[in-house]
Amino acid sequence: MSATTSPELPRERALQGVTLPRVTHSEWTKLWTLRSTRWSLFLAFVAQAGLGPLIALIEMSRWSQLGLQQRLTINPIDHSLGGWHLAQLAVAILGVMTMTGEYHTGMIRSSFMAAPKRLPVLWAKLLVFSAVTLVLMVIAAFIGFLGAQAIFAEHHVNVTLGAPDALRAIFGVALVITATGAMCVALGTIVRRTAGGIALFVGVFFVLPGLVDILPSATANALQPYLPSTASSGLAQALAQPHSFTPWGGFALFCGYTVAVIVIAAVLLKRRDA
Amino acid sequence: MIEVRGLTKHYGDRVAVEDLTFTLEPGFVTGFLGPNGAGKSTTMRLILGLDRPTRGTATVNGRAYQELSAPLHEVGALLEARAVHTGRSGYNHLLALAQTHGIPRRRVDEVVAMVGLESVAHKRVGGFSLGMGQRLGVAAALLGNPATVVLDEPANGLDPEGIRWIRNLLKGLAAEGRTVFLSSHLMSEMEQTADRLIVIGRGRLVADTDVASFVAQASAGAPVRVRSPASDALAGVLGGIGGRCEQLEDGALKVFGLSAEQVGDAAAAQGIALHELTPLQVTLEEAFMSLTKDMVEYHESLPEGEQPGVPLATLADGDQQ
Repeated sequence: MSATTSPELPRERALQGVTLPRVTHSEWTKLWTLRSTRWSLFLAFVAQAGLGPLIALIEMSRWSQLGLQQRLTINPIDHSLGGWHLAQLAVAILGVMTMTGEYHTGMIRSSFMAAPKRLPVLWAKLLVFSAVTLVLMVIAAFIGFLGAQAIFAEHHVNVTLGAPDALRAIFGVALVITATGAMCVALGTIVRRTAGGIALFVGVFFVLPGLVDILPSATANALQPYLPSTASSGLAQALAQPHSFTPWGGFALFCGYTVAVIVIAAVLLKRRDA
Repeated sequence: MIEVRGLTKHYGDRVAVEDLTFTLEPGFVTGFLGPNGAGKSTTMRLILGLDRPTRGTATVNGRAYQELSAPLHEVGALLEARAVHTGRSGYNHLLALAQTHGIPRRRVDEVVAMVGLESVAHKRVGGFSLGMGQRLGVAAALLGNPATVVLDEPANGLDPEGIRWIRNLLKGLAAEGRTVFLSSHLMSEMEQTADRLIVIGRGRLVADTDVASFVAQASAGAPVRVRSPASDALAGVLGGIGGRCEQLEDGALKVFGLSAEQVGDAAAAQGIALHELTPLQVTLEEAFMSLTKDMVEYHESLPEGEQPGVPLATLADGDQQ
């Protein structure tokens, strides 16, 4: 039987309660305490840092078999950063799963009971995931670039960091992958299912461009620059692509898409039953 | 203190909770009773801000849960459904929750010890047994040392040892002066632990009372067990004065609608010998059945042919969540 009055409970209240920095701290812990997260980030890092040098190694090893034309098509910047599509895919899947993993396991209910205003959970996840991705991808892109240039040096096709577009592409790769990750966190929030979220990403980035390609070429060429895949890839590549905006113009459009998806995610997160 | 006012939740056409009003008295263990699918979990989810009410309000210490600046310090909750990422260790789960409120690691260690999970706290939750999962849930609920604790079916799926542990825990929480809100579809659980009862069926309030008066209320119509060598004659006599008899397997009669005194007097007046006359005890379970039966009969929307007297089946039917 319980007491009829409420005696003093031993309290140790940190009365400030839930704040965005605290939720961010919590999300930082959540990110690093899952094995799947660590593996995905490791995979993205290895792809970005390792594939470029690997491509360089292959090209140098068959140098003697390459014709002049083939030798001229070697782009030392883009080839050194050639792992960015794979890194982007790994980051996209992880981005979706940071949210859908919580829905799948029911963790989201614990998260919302601790932070019932909900939006701080989304902001904190975006902040932590974007910051971690950006830092890792900048480092990985530099490693990939410098590693590949060292290998390209064998036949003097290497460039330095001072080459036109080199730094822009290195940081571009990291920025584009980071924005993709943020968009995928929001996609995961909207869809709430891992399979659905990844399917949406694959559909928009890989299937949609193929569908646009089969349209009459005038229409396709007009639509091309607006595709999220085209808009995002310009900044990550030194070589200019046909039917696309300028690298920074395309990236600005892609960031606009990302913000739009995040806004939809925020509205739904706030409104829906958990 | 938790106050629920006119709380209503519809999922599409389906009514989960309808116009529910009650107040949890501070410092008591309040049992939240109802058959599966009666709306207990939904009510708790509405109180905890996980679902949005269609109408009405639920407040914790005067404010909606979403408006609480430090909810873990005000209410601790153990939900029926799992609410833990299976890939994370129990300790890291608690740590991540603690960090949202700036609760120190020391407190995480404390609650881990409190629920006896020290040996497995650093293992992944995916490998936890049901009992370990419940203990982890209780640890999370106690993290902020809240004055109010909400537990949804805490004994569900536990072995006898786990049930005993939950029972002792509830007693301990109540002894510390905490307000405990505990749902169950098992009446026996409530008989052991609750001071007050809130009973719902089909999302509506059936009773808001204390355990003793709940049983007393239902005992008014308690049946009487009577055994006689002239069973058929007795049944005829009792039927004549408003009793309803039910033949039991051992040859005795179960009489509804009459007191033991009325049955004995009627038998004596007709010269019928009685070998046994027992007023039957009403358990909390029977009290619950009898009350929810009234609730079901009261509703006009029931389809034809519903059998009164089997309210549990009736209530549970088609009302699953």
